[in-house]
Amino acid sequence: MRPLNGEPPMRRAAVQQAGQRRVIIGRKGGRRDPAPSRLAFRLQRLWLTPVVRALTRIGAPIFVVTLGLGLWFGDEGRRADFTQWADDIKLQIQNRPEFRVSALKVEGAGPEVEDAVAALLPVTLPASSFAIDLTGYHDAIARLDAVKDAAVTVRSGTLEVRIAERDPVILWRTPNGVEMLDAGGHRVASLTRRDARPDLPLIAGDGANNAVPEALEILAAAEPLLPKMRGLIRMGERRWDIALADDRRVLLPEKNPARAVERVLTLDGTDDLLSRDFSAIDLRNPERPTVRLSANALEQFQIVTGQILPQKKAPVTQIAATKPDTQKADTPKPAAQKPTAQKPAAQKSRASTPSPSPRPTAKATP
Amino acid sequence: MTDFYQSQRAMRAMRKAAMQRGVVALLDIGTSKIACLVLRFDGSDPMLEAEGVGPLAGQSRFRVIGAATTQSRGVRFGEIDEMKKTESAIRTVVQAAQKMANTRVDHVIACFAGANPRSYGLAGEVEVLDAQAGEQDVARVLAACDMPDIGQGREVLHAHPVNFALDHRSGLSDPRGHVGNRLAVDMHLLTVETSAVQNLIYCIRRSDLELAGVASSSYVSGLSSLVEDEQELGAACIDIGGGATGVSIFMKKHMIFADTVQMGGDSISHDIAVGLQIPLNMAERIKTFHGGVVATGMDDREMIELGGNSGDWEKDRRQISRAELIGIMRPRVEEILEEVRAILDAAGFDHLPSQQVVLTGGASQTPGLDGLAARILGQNVRLGRPLRVQGLPQAATGAGFSSVVGLALSAASPQDEVWDFEIPAERLQGRPIRRAIRWFRENW
Repeated sequence: MRPLNGEPPMRRAAVQQAGQRRVIIGRKGGRRDPAPSRLAFRLQRLWLTPVVRALTRIGAPIFVVTLGLGLWFGDEGRRADFTQWADDIKLQIQNRPEFRVSALKVEGAGPEVEDAVAALLPVTLPASSFAIDLTGYHDAIARLDAVKDAAVTVRSGTLEVRIAERDPVILWRTPNGVEMLDAGGHRVASLTRRDARPDLPLIAGDGANNAVPEALEILAAAEPLLPKMRGLIRMGERRWDIALADDRRVLLPEKNPARAVERVLTLDGTDDLLSRDFSAIDLRNPERPTVRLSANALEQFQIVTGQILPQKKAPVTQIAATKPDTQKADTPKPAAQKPTAQKPAAQKSRASTPSPSPRPTAKATP
Repeated sequence: MTDFYQSQRAMRAMRKAAMQRGVVALLDIGTSKIACLVLRFDGSDPMLEAEGVGPLAGQSRFRVIGAATTQSRGVRFGEIDEMKKTESAIRTVVQAAQKMANTRVDHVIACFAGANPRSYGLAGEVEVLDAQAGEQDVARVLAACDMPDIGQGREVLHAHPVNFALDHRSGLSDPRGHVGNRLAVDMHLLTVETSAVQNLIYCIRRSDLELAGVASSSYVSGLSSLVEDEQELGAACIDIGGGATGVSIFMKKHMIFADTVQMGGDSISHDIAVGLQIPLNMAERIKTFHGGVVATGMDDREMIELGGNSGDWEKDRRQISRAELIGIMRPRVEEILEEVRAILDAAGFDHLPSQQVVLTGGASQTPGLDGLAARILGQNVRLGRPLRVQGLPQAATGAGFSSVVGLALSAASPQDEVWDFEIPAERLQGRPIRRAIRWFRENW
């Protein structure tokens, strides 16, 4: 209710009269025409033109952003600042505890390999997992001779290295020492003494490591000989010799040496070949095996055959009688080419003439 | 004549260009509202054709993608009166329709009701040159129609060849290729005042739009509100608009007569405003909400608040009964219908086989109008609404939109006009290159 005392009701109107005119906007002027101005009409039509729309909505923002970035990065210092800032952020994220690797776990490796793997780790733990070059680390581990296969993973803060080691199956004597080789001929480790692994067979000679499967095949075939055997010697990177005790040799052919070993064993079984006094059994030419007698045996032989004066009795080698049988069972050949052990020294040259081998088949050891 | 004739040809070319571009705007410039539709032409729908629906007389080829209406400004009796206001109204409606369509429209086909149209029936007859009637014969027979004296300052708006006759065979729609000796044509000519067309062209040019065609509102509302058999058998379409009432008579799918009465819904509103001494917009509102033409006893008791803003309590609290309102409206409606009746009689409508009358237009929605019209115009009266076309918003399906919808139909599948045919060779004097081209085309 309006107060009854004489305050004028329209006080604010009186105040407004002092300076400004009061404009009453009401319906008296009529509704405004909603028509667009010519400019607005043209602009809207322009905006509805597809090319203009595409330019404005895609082209213009791209241009503005590119221009702004270009201007901002035009300054060398700002660019350096930005790079620094980005690197800091990157480092902060990399150093978060979620990415920390604090332990190294090696599975499936012996103590020496484990030590080597730990020594190969390029960083000191704990470190960020971004700092560890897993591929490089894996390659470094795989380059170890004792390692056949390796898998490197980072799992919940632990660097796990799973290693499959190479199994040494053979020893290889080189001028520098004794190496252990696996079945493929790959080096596993070095040994200072051969006694360290008496269970492994020994091979020697240049290029012996390249023919380890063949050597293993020979050794498997020569299993009954193993107690007498000292090892295998690679000759001329081409063929093998079996070195027996007392510096005796069995010369194996280049092709199919295991079969030659079986042949030796067969001869040994029938004729007791290996217990005889010889310095070498030459099986390089399979059609004509040759036995080289030792000096002592040769002397005995010559006494027996009457070439020199007898000094003492010696058992006569009788292999000539048995040889053709074994040879027949082995490979049936014409009689002219039947191999025979060269008992008389005088027959040596005669027998060697039809031989395909250019080498002399038997030689008297001096 | 030749000037506007040439521009009609140019507008046809423009219409083709617009169809190729795929978007065209249709503008119905009425006295009470200006309506705009934006059509998109995208070829026929292959799915519909596969289902055997067919092209539906060209309707399936377009789709309404934008529609807008605005209150008309500066238009009186269907003619542009104040250019500036009409131009701004056109801009308003085109802008709104463009916004809805989300595309830019460059070509506009417009129609208007006024400009005092007059119909002429022409006939022409020529001897066919060869054994068969060809393009040139059609052109010659169209040129042979004797041009009536259409008067000073008038232009031909429509010139439809309604019927071709070859010797004794009449009712040919396309005589080309037929064998015969004498070719005759019946042509319907609709002329309007030049100034109205010029004003329209000027307004549309000012709005940066290209005019791709002009049509008479009576003609196009007949196209959309008469159904096919009505167009075929003969019917009259009465388009009661705001400022003018268009009358068109259709026969054999061709318009054979058109005229307008310069009265409409706005005249009724004006009568109410004068009779009740209320402002025009209030009168319009009362007419729309409470109007009618048949009074019953109930209407005596139904009181309408007139209201007012004069400050005089007595004047502002006036009430009238609905019967009084009907008493004001009915004489004017009767007068309009009597005028229409006179026009139909003058046109010889009662000689047509079918006496169908279709009422359409915004004012045809007055309650009871069909009963009143049946008394004055004959028994076969119905209220017509525009044909349904694809994409037309619900708000634009009323009787007031029959002319703009008809414009869409005529834009999609236009009827042949004289300027669609070739110019006869005799008229091409002074254009030797064109004659040479034509000679080559005919002989090679």
